[in-house]
Amino acid sequence: MWEYTDVVQEHFLKPRNVGEVENPSGIGDVGSLACGDALKLTIRVDDNDTIVEAKFKTFGCASAIASSSALTEMIKGMKVSEAEKITNEDIADFLGGLPKEKMHCSVMGREALEAAIADYRGITLPMAEGQIVCECFGVTDLEIIRTVKESNLRTIEEITNFTKAGGGCGKCEEKLQNILDETLGAVKEISEAVKQPQRMTTLQKIKKIEEVLEREIKPGLRQDGGDIELIDVDGDTVLVSMRGACTSCAKSQTTVKEFVEKKLRELVLDTLTVEETQ
Amino acid sequence: MKTIPGEEVYMDNNATTKVAPEVVEAMMPYLTDYYGNPSSMHIFGGQVGEAMKKARLQVADLLGAEPEEITFTSCGTESDSTAVLSALQSFPEKRHIITTRVEHPAIKTLCENLETLTGHKHRVTGLKVGPDGMLDMNDYAEALSDDTAIVSVMWANNETGVLFPVEEMARMAKERGILFHTDAVQAVGKIPINLKESAIDFLAISGHKLHAPKGVGVLYIRRGTPFVPFLAGGHQEKGRRGGTENVASIVGMGKACELAAAKMEEENTRVKALRDKLEEGLLSKIPRSILNGHKTERLPNTTNISFEFVEGESILLHMNEYNICASSGSACTSGSLEPSHVLRAMGVPFTAAHGSIRFSLSVYNTEEEVDFVLEKIPQIIDSLRQMSPFWTNEEVAAK
Repeated sequence: MWEYTDVVQEHFLKPRNVGEVENPSGIGDVGSLACGDALKLTIRVDDNDTIVEAKFKTFGCASAIASSSALTEMIKGMKVSEAEKITNEDIADFLGGLPKEKMHCSVMGREALEAAIADYRGITLPMAEGQIVCECFGVTDLEIIRTVKESNLRTIEEITNFTKAGGGCGKCEEKLQNILDETLGAVKEISEAVKQPQRMTTLQKIKKIEEVLEREIKPGLRQDGGDIELIDVDGDTVLVSMRGACTSCAKSQTTVKEFVEKKLRELVLDTLTVEETQ
Repeated sequence: MKTIPGEEVYMDNNATTKVAPEVVEAMMPYLTDYYGNPSSMHIFGGQVGEAMKKARLQVADLLGAEPEEITFTSCGTESDSTAVLSALQSFPEKRHIITTRVEHPAIKTLCENLETLTGHKHRVTGLKVGPDGMLDMNDYAEALSDDTAIVSVMWANNETGVLFPVEEMARMAKERGILFHTDAVQAVGKIPINLKESAIDFLAISGHKLHAPKGVGVLYIRRGTPFVPFLAGGHQEKGRRGGTENVASIVGMGKACELAAAKMEEENTRVKALRDKLEEGLLSKIPRSILNGHKTERLPNTTNISFEFVEGESILLHMNEYNICASSGSACTSGSLEPSHVLRAMGVPFTAAHGSIRFSLSVYNTEEEVDFVLEKIPQIIDSLRQMSPFWTNEEVAAK
């Protein structure tokens, strides 16, 4: 027996918004009989770009029906631009969580929503243009890469739970591993690129801080008759001394925190804290 | 969410059964006063051995076997593994196993592991089944070879109830000097069996499928069959299965076999009539519903029906609301993504396999229960179909 939350059971036994919207603005049709679940989402959007009506028809298990019902409740009254930000995790959260083997039901909800919005806007979804990786369930590489990134997947088993890919004959296992490795590799590179400054030496830090002080901060302070001097950099703590008009300014503490620290964090390192020496 | 015991409409007897009150009664003394070890020298323990002797006789009588051909185990799976592994060890030069594509995981997984985990030391032939779930006997005859160590074929299929001609198959194996094992977990107690008249070498039973408790099984080993124990240990079961005996459950198993023999006729008349009423009622009341498996070569208690355009787990969870218990071959119920290997082997299209429900009855079911199920299931299927994107009212009109 599955452990379904009370919210899942409620939405399964008493689903909201079952049916089809008349003259819909957008239709999202995903899944198939062979796959074991399918969802047809219809939405009506008013002149203000607001989803005023959403209905579903679903073939599938309890979590597929509950995910569909939850989705329609979530998007009703929402701007299309807001609705398109909904992720499968949001749907699962709305339901109080889903068993991990059933996460693909929430992914199906997100896919139907995307398809309905794309249909409303009259555009073709790029996802469908990917290469089919899992032939049993017709899952493309683009869909897999996206879900790996969105839901932070780390194993083939998780890919299967979320997208169904690999849940049939299992012949695509090697391809899935390659996609996983490549996607995770790319994610790692990006995060390493972001982290690059974190490994600055103290000397590099001082140089960079001085640069920013000279270029971005001092000119502003000088206009008010004040100035700032770098005293020391100890780890991530930047010691500065306020000069001129700033020394007698009651707001100098605010200036240090609101202006100097913010600028240094933005342009040098986001872990820096700025302190004023007396 | 819990249900109140006794209020369930239990039609999932191929999964497990209610322990018969008579069985509980027979077991109780061995859970309380008579706790001795049958292997002990003192009378206090030794007298427990008498109860086991009686149980062995009761099991042997149901099977048409001799008491010394009965070995008690912990479950059907243990009995299955013991039989197959024993045969492979008895004939180490033979490396071929014949089985079917619709076996219970107890045999299916064992054979898959023997093929792959041993570095393909063993070769497995999985016999195909037709759309009605039956075997092609020509395929079987062709598969038998001098390299075949054992044939393992289930007597009755747990999902569809389809019966295989294991007695004939055992004779064909015997002519070639090949050992024959049958997983008879679903058949014993439901259809008459007489092993004296057969060429079957090994037969597996599970207690909890015939109103005995969980945790006890039997392996029948024909007298004179070469045997290598699976669980090595003490001298229990004449050295065929080590481990202190599960005395109370063994006594319960004996009693359950005695009861099954006494109720065999009822199973094949009253229970069968209830099953037929349920099946015919569902098939006539619900459009686009299909019977899975051979209509007559079948256990008297089982029916497996596919309701197209709806999914099994959803059906079962709605049945829950009425406390009706059954099973599904749908992918979603198992946690795997593909529907039942049995239905797929039969070539049941995915579209129908996802919506398959198995009802399995027992002597404890009543006509009122069948009427109740016949009232509720059509409503459930209809409400789910109204929600299904593949269901249009034209489908009904077409019917």
